[in-house]
Amino acid sequence: MNQLLAYIPAFPLLGFILLSLFGRKLTNPVIAIIGAGTVCLAAITTIVLGVSFLQTPPQGGAWQQLLWSWFRVGTLSVDLSLRIDALTLIFIFIITFVGALIHIYSTFFMRHDADYARFFASMNLFVCSMLLLVMADNLVLLYLGWEGVGLCSYLLIGFWYDVPSNCRAANKAFLITRIGDTALLIGLFLLFKELGSLNMGTILQQAPKHFVSGGASITLITILLMVGGMGKSAQLPLQTWLPDAMAGPSPVSALIHAATMVTAGVYLIARMNGLFQLSPVTMAIVAIVGAITLFVAGCSALAQTDIKRILAYSTISQIGYMFLALGVGAWSAAIFHFFTHAFFKALLFLAAGVIIEALHHEHNIFMMGGLRKRMPEVFLTFLAGAAALSALPLVSAGFYSKDAILWYSWSAAGGNPVLWLMALAGAFITALYSTRLMLVVFWGDMRSPVHEQPDKGMIIPLIVLAFFSVTAGFIEWPHNLFHLTLFSDQVQQVLPQTVMKENEPSEWLFQGIAALVTLSGVYLGYVLYYGKSGVRWQQSPGLSATRDFLFSGWKFDQLYNYVFVKPYLFLTRINKGDVIDKLYNAIAQGSMRLNSWFSVSQNGSLRMYIVGVLAGILFIITLQLLL
Amino acid sequence: MILVWMISILLIGGVACWLVAQRNQLACKWTALVAVIAAFLLPIIWYIQHTPAVGAGNNWLIDYQVKWIPAYGIGFHLAMDGLGFIMILLTSLLGVLAVLCSWNEIREKTGFFFFNLLWTLAGIGGVFVAMDLFLFYFFWEVMLVPMYFLIAIWGDFNRRYAAYKFFIFTQTGGLLMLLSILALYFIHGQQHSGNYTFDYFALLNTTLGNGATARWIMLGFLIAFVIKLPMVPLHSWLPDAHSEAPTAGSLILAGLLLKTGAYGIIRFVLPLFPDASASIAWWAMLLGVVGIVYGALLAYAQTDLKRLIAYTSVSHMGFVLLGVFAFRQMALQGVVMQLLTHGVSTGALFVLAGMLKERLHTRDINQMGGLWTAMPRMGALAMVFVMASLGLPMLGNFVAEFLILLGAFEVSPVLAVIASAGLVLSALYSLRIMQKVFYGQIQTITAPPADVSPREWIIMASLTIAIVFLGLYPQPVFDIVSGVVQQVARL
Repeated sequence: MNQLLAYIPAFPLLGFILLSLFGRKLTNPVIAIIGAGTVCLAAITTIVLGVSFLQTPPQGGAWQQLLWSWFRVGTLSVDLSLRIDALTLIFIFIITFVGALIHIYSTFFMRHDADYARFFASMNLFVCSMLLLVMADNLVLLYLGWEGVGLCSYLLIGFWYDVPSNCRAANKAFLITRIGDTALLIGLFLLFKELGSLNMGTILQQAPKHFVSGGASITLITILLMVGGMGKSAQLPLQTWLPDAMAGPSPVSALIHAATMVTAGVYLIARMNGLFQLSPVTMAIVAIVGAITLFVAGCSALAQTDIKRILAYSTISQIGYMFLALGVGAWSAAIFHFFTHAFFKALLFLAAGVIIEALHHEHNIFMMGGLRKRMPEVFLTFLAGAAALSALPLVSAGFYSKDAILWYSWSAAGGNPVLWLMALAGAFITALYSTRLMLVVFWGDMRSPVHEQPDKGMIIPLIVLAFFSVTAGFIEWPHNLFHLTLFSDQVQQVLPQTVMKENEPSEWLFQGIAALVTLSGVYLGYVLYYGKSGVRWQQSPGLSATRDFLFSGWKFDQLYNYVFVKPYLFLTRINKGDVIDKLYNAIAQGSMRLNSWFSVSQNGSLRMYIVGVLAGILFIITLQLLL
Repeated sequence: MILVWMISILLIGGVACWLVAQRNQLACKWTALVAVIAAFLLPIIWYIQHTPAVGAGNNWLIDYQVKWIPAYGIGFHLAMDGLGFIMILLTSLLGVLAVLCSWNEIREKTGFFFFNLLWTLAGIGGVFVAMDLFLFYFFWEVMLVPMYFLIAIWGDFNRRYAAYKFFIFTQTGGLLMLLSILALYFIHGQQHSGNYTFDYFALLNTTLGNGATARWIMLGFLIAFVIKLPMVPLHSWLPDAHSEAPTAGSLILAGLLLKTGAYGIIRFVLPLFPDASASIAWWAMLLGVVGIVYGALLAYAQTDLKRLIAYTSVSHMGFVLLGVFAFRQMALQGVVMQLLTHGVSTGALFVLAGMLKERLHTRDINQMGGLWTAMPRMGALAMVFVMASLGLPMLGNFVAEFLILLGAFEVSPVLAVIASAGLVLSALYSLRIMQKVFYGQIQTITAPPADVSPREWIIMASLTIAIVFLGLYPQPVFDIVSGVVQQVARL
């Protein structure tokens, strides 16, 4: 089985190479077969591996395959080496399986685009990089994948490059994540200085012996790693790129900016759990960042009118839940929420893509409406996704994962009531904006005509994802309801078990409150947005200031513009001519000036020369006499 | 002997080009091409024959010595170790590409152009293998003067100014170096009872310690080399020279001439003056970091594409200074890799800028835009090298900068952290290139420019393969230079 590991990233890589070299010469069907086919092959390989992993778990809980030695210099040894354990397996399953569905969907979605090959080349490269990120056995290879996904995200956000705002969004995404990446890189330097290795196994093994729990250096290291994660996963204060990243095609938003890449930060923290556990301060910061993010982004989602921006803010908010779970030490709950979120959020984005295309690139939800009758399949699948997003009790996958996070945010060792209240408020807001989205888009009057019905090829992935959005939660039930823990059994081979507080309160009570809050969110949404009232409510003048504030994402962009962008532009602009160069030019001009002064004396007039000679003689004689 | 062959082929080839050009321009180009290809094949064939020894990082692989002016202790001494071999390989590769990219660009005085081009290459090759300081100085000038002509004759609008500036800066450095060489010569002679010699290996035994004398002599060498590197604040010749030079000139300037500065520091400054250079190490690292940040800020502000790329060189060469004076094996390996990868990636960017200028007749990025639509291949190639320049893993520059930063971090975490911030700034200026040139709406109303031609494909494909290879399998390079690096790091 070891030998199969390399094939998983190799298939998409092959697709990328073929498409980027010969893409322009191939016809669309061939491109589609290469682009989607390679990812499907990777998905099949993953499933084969996964089945065999579950049947006969490997020695030590992981398979490993060394490809070649990347570089060995002095004491540093970095290999291109892949490793699969239970945690990685969950991630590669999502990446390849959801990735394959999105690729199949894209073969139809992008069919009219002139740059069909470039799209699939970038998508395949993304899948390859993302797989390397989660399969890496050392942090440098992880960083390779980490930057690779950033590149593909950049390429695909700016896919329609002739619109300047798309390019700006792409640049912004790359730069803001680069800030996080650089923090991560510095974290790696510090880790290497302390432990002398960048191999994850070695680091996790040696860290408890080397570091003092709660010490300054381990706190610094984990904070740097966390900042790296915050950049990629769009957590406060590095979240501003994700809403703008919606400029890319919808399948890109589904794959990169919902299901996989943006959860890289979650993966990193989960993978490095041994380090984070040594620093309670960082764990607390992770939890607080998650809690604040989920609330802030949730509020922003309430005020958006662009269907994709609503989903983008909701993604930020849901990843906030994962960070919260990681921070309180509910490791497997965080990964479980990643697992369910990947299905339902990919579904919502893909469905949104179908709607946008059917309405001729209409993004504003208040220009949609009444699509329940016209696009029934999309309506039903979107309903499944929205239900999962708002975590409707028992019937949606989102419930099982989010309920666990809510519960742990109070009862786990790192949890406390404030975090729980934030999470609960987030749950209410999530239910509210999901309901708003559903009602405004699918009920009411039809405000834009449906131009074309979607292809079957786009509907089938939606149905598959909808199926999982409902059922994916059933593999892990809350302890008090039904004892089934398939998911956490696997994950806890790698991740530590959640440590609970002593004399924990009754879980029933918490589930009841959570369910009640979700349902009341749905009800409030119904009251506010059902029928005509939605539009009226949206236009009420009294709230316009608040709405603008939330609409602009709490004015973070404006703040950064004043604090960072403008000073930087000013600084570079005033020094465009390079002040140091002026100095050298001044020297050159100075010598020219001297030249012009002295050349006055050389004028060919004999009288001037005699005067000069006499003055010289006089000067010397005076000097002689004086001294 | 192979080294003599290589340099002579270039020197004779250059003269032949000049002579042939009076009859036939095309034959002249072919002569130049054959000469550089021959000079490229020689080290490769030699490498194939001696792979195990080279790969093991053995110290001196070739040593060729004849007497030249024995009365003054001057010898014709060429020797090559792993570092020399790597630099020779880079020189000959970029030499081939330089001839190829001048194929259509140069229409006037073709013969004299290729004469100068080949002589510069010969000078650079000589600099990398000369082990007699007098001979070294000789080659140093041989590479300089023809380069002056390349800029002054075939340059752009402001070529005169740029050529003078280039010449004065480098010559000032060269003069200081000459003084230092002479000082070293006499001190060595006095110490070793009248055995006056310019031989590198003999001079290595001069005991200088860390006194004021040692420092002054060291500074003479160092200033000459950091002007070439270039180090802020001695960098201001570079943007003018790079932007005004013809494409081949920019390619050689960025790809090779800058490397002679770094090579000189590793080969001469550190081994000859270990104590003196250790005493200024922190300041040198600081100036390296200043260069990284300052160059990046300036690069972002430029609107002239070649000037922009030129300032990125200032920024990238800051990493070299930082890595060299960290005195760590890892950082030094990174430095050698940076020399290679910067030569390839920045060279490629200059070639691209040249192609754009040939098509659009401007270097102003505000007049470009949307070129991906017309030239998707060139856009993709530019993307590769822009990404290389911002240090994307998978491409060679990442490995280099990663190792430099990792090594420097052990010595001075603060400086390494500031240098890492340079990675964010490098993303800023790199993405600006893509955004301004290839993204957006196409602006030209006239017929869209043609995509890359087969000749241009060969140039860019070989550079692309090189940068990807160095990014994914850099180990051979590390092995080859391991001997040199270990020796220097031990000092």
